[in-house]
Amino acid sequence: MDDLIVKNITKIVTPFIQLYGIFIILHGHISPGGGFAGGAVIGASLILYTLAYGLDEGHKLAPHNLTSKVESGGILWFVLLGMVGILFGGRFLDNQSAGFYMGGFGNIISGGLISLATIGIGLKVASTMITLFHSTIQED
Amino acid sequence: MKKSFVIVVLAGLLFILLGSISEMPALGGIENPSYNEVAVYYINNAVPDTNAANIIASIITDYRAFDTLGETTVLFTSIVAVVSVLSGKFDKKERKEPENHG
Repeated sequence: MDDLIVKNITKIVTPFIQLYGIFIILHGHISPGGGFAGGAVIGASLILYTLAYGLDEGHKLAPHNLTSKVESGGILWFVLLGMVGILFGGRFLDNQSAGFYMGGFGNIISGGLISLATIGIGLKVASTMITLFHSTIQED
Repeated sequence: MKKSFVIVVLAGLLFILLGSISEMPALGGIENPSYNEVAVYYINNAVPDTNAANIIASIITDYRAFDTLGETTVLFTSIVAVVSVLSGKFDKKERKEPENHG
């Protein structure tokens, strides 16, 4: 699509959408939302950028090498957190008894494993959405 | 003969399934088995256990974190399937370009 209005509006709106997505992910343990919702918001902003600027520009913003590594890294991060539970707490994906920092109730840094796992899930969902979109719209 | 046998078997299966539906608890009833002590435990103990204000987040990523790990594995499997079927244009381009010029 080669439209000046769409391109400029996208350029203005995209940072706010991504900031909102990061807000939802980081507040996943305090307010409604979480990794899946915030990751979907960030992935939708990247899809909007690709729709406005075309696949080549979108691929420059989110290269396939990077998204596939984030994609695999999200799930490895989750499993690694579970392994910390095995080492220090005795069970897979243990939270409080594994010695994660619990913080104060209602603070950003609280909840131990929950906030860390939410960040991993958010990155994974965002990279999954953009990789699926880029893979399906490309013309061979 | 074979067709009538199939019809009889399917009719019996339909009767059994419809009968089990009529025995199910009413939607939203207070006596439903889903409102058991697990929900009460989550409401009472989620904050002392996990120190997270959002009880849903504490259920998803603490009490049932293994289920969430399975969900992320589903996402990973979907991406593996799509990328293996629709192999990347940008990976091929780097290999093909020298051939086109030469």
